[in-house]
Amino acid sequence: MTMAIDWQAFWLTLQLAVTVSAILLVLGLPIAYWIAFSRRRWKFLVEAVVALPIVLPPTVLGFYVLVALGPRSPLGRWWIALTGHTLAFTFGGLVIGSILYSLPFAVQPFAASFAGVDRKLIAASATLGASPLRSFFSITIPLSIPGLITGTALSFAHTMGEFGVVLMVGGNIPGVTRTVSIDIFDRVQASDYAAANETALLLLAFSFAVLAIVYGINCRAWIIGPAKQT
Amino acid sequence: MDEAQSAAVALSPSLAPNDKTSGPLLDARFRKRYAAQAQEFILEVAFQATPGFTILFGPSGAGKTTLLDCIAGLITPDAGRIAVGDRILFDAAQTIDLAVAKRRVGYVFQSLALFPHLTVEQNVQYGLAHLPPAGRAAQASAILQAFRIPHLARRYPREISGGESQRTALARTLVTDPAVLLLDEPLAALDAATKAKIVDDLRAWNEAHRIPILYVTHSHDEVFALGERVIVLDAGRISAQGTPHEVVAAPLQETVAQLIGFENIFDAVVEAVHPERGTMMCRITSGAAGHADSLLLETPLVRGGAGSELRVGIRAGDILLATSPPLGLSARNVIPGRITSLEQRDVIVSARVKCRVEMEVHLTLAARDALQLSPGQEVWLVIKTHSCHLMQKSG
Repeated sequence: MTMAIDWQAFWLTLQLAVTVSAILLVLGLPIAYWIAFSRRRWKFLVEAVVALPIVLPPTVLGFYVLVALGPRSPLGRWWIALTGHTLAFTFGGLVIGSILYSLPFAVQPFAASFAGVDRKLIAASATLGASPLRSFFSITIPLSIPGLITGTALSFAHTMGEFGVVLMVGGNIPGVTRTVSIDIFDRVQASDYAAANETALLLLAFSFAVLAIVYGINCRAWIIGPAKQT
Repeated sequence: MDEAQSAAVALSPSLAPNDKTSGPLLDARFRKRYAAQAQEFILEVAFQATPGFTILFGPSGAGKTTLLDCIAGLITPDAGRIAVGDRILFDAAQTIDLAVAKRRVGYVFQSLALFPHLTVEQNVQYGLAHLPPAGRAAQASAILQAFRIPHLARRYPREISGGESQRTALARTLVTDPAVLLLDEPLAALDAATKAKIVDDLRAWNEAHRIPILYVTHSHDEVFALGERVIVLDAGRISAQGTPHEVVAAPLQETVAQLIGFENIFDAVVEAVHPERGTMMCRITSGAAGHADSLLLETPLVRGGAGSELRVGIRAGDILLATSPPLGLSARNVIPGRITSLEQRDVIVSARVKCRVEMEVHLTLAARDALQLSPGQEVWLVIKTHSCHLMQKSG
């Protein structure tokens, strides 16, 4: 029996998931804040756009990301002019595609937990002289930690297991864009079910472990965090 | 910040004349319209609050919290002006709308809104971010002392009692040295003894600082206990203002009367006027089947001649009850009736007496026992002329 698990693919996938969930943590905060607190009438449109990746087939999303990154789109041309190469079929392209794909998994829990923070606390913070930014970092964020953990964990796990977008945007270049799920797909194509099973089991166990750890922490954070007002 | 600091200098007690009523005046007149759920609500007020307690009194839904929110800047009025001394917080005409954080308006919410993830000490220091850490700690510890909660410094809000939470919320707001203090029923949930102690501490603090304090309550006891002045808010408008006794003693509006606690309110028509005696006769029209069947009351004289319609309010505690026809009384209204029910409420007994109209009468437990009252019993109600309070009939 050969060494079945493609550790390079596993390592790459992990890198991708960490990068994407870290970027989403930063990028998701302002978007979630806006969704939670804006009173604009067309807010629902933004919410719908953010939620789109949940219902859209990953291949559709991946296809449009590929087109957008390619040399025929203004964005792709700009990037090529800037760096001399295209983003398609690179790790950077994978990151962009995955950020879009996992956006709702980060933003929705963030927004839900922001919206759950008692507005009176934010008002009290303002009457005590705090700027909106200080209120956000001193009150809203600390009281939203469970939601932030959940959103980051979900976007991490979602990226770990992503397939369609990666295939469309990244292709299957070992060490660059070949992720675990694509590796599994390859093994199945080659009728190497034993190896596919081994890798799949690894992904399954890893994803479960990550989620279990995160929800374990979250459960504690929930108890320490917001106290019930009686 | 500059503005706030210069204002702080201008408002500092040491620079103000040593007169207790001097100090910055809260001057507010504004209008805010809501059109939520097809129902329109307009808050339109104009008042001044001098340093010291001003009670804002009114039924729920009268707009008390909205009024406070407008002063704090949490809600933007549609029109008007709000100023503390010569510092303008809001002026629609000049498009001035100072940010909440810059207003120096202390606001203690009904829910207190203590930050649950911060300790008592951290809560109290929250509004002192502009000070160096040492100054912050010193001020926080001083105010915790003043409000008798230094031992709670390291506790979290969920670990302290209701009264301690109120003290923490007050300390957190007062330590920021606000120019105006807004208190939205902060003591509503407390027992009388705890409340009295906190009010004493608040009074002591205010002796030193002399700022306008708007205190919202719907407890009529608190109006008398605290109020140097009272503003009665009703359906978005100020229906009366003055000292508690002025407002209570001469209620013009029926809503005021209900707030102050007239258990008996009747429609009436002026039957005859006796200017020489300073009284008039009023025929009670509510509940009466016909003219002959209705009750006549002698009441104080007010403007309006015979035939004018008004309302009469009588406190249940102002009515005497006798088990035989009383003689030789100064009271002008002696009305026969029959007890329909007796109900004990805490330390008083509420008797309902049918005498053409139904009146509620309050007695002590001892009085009930001494008179051996029971439902169905024939009694006489005795009401002094000046216990009959006349009000405009609201449209």
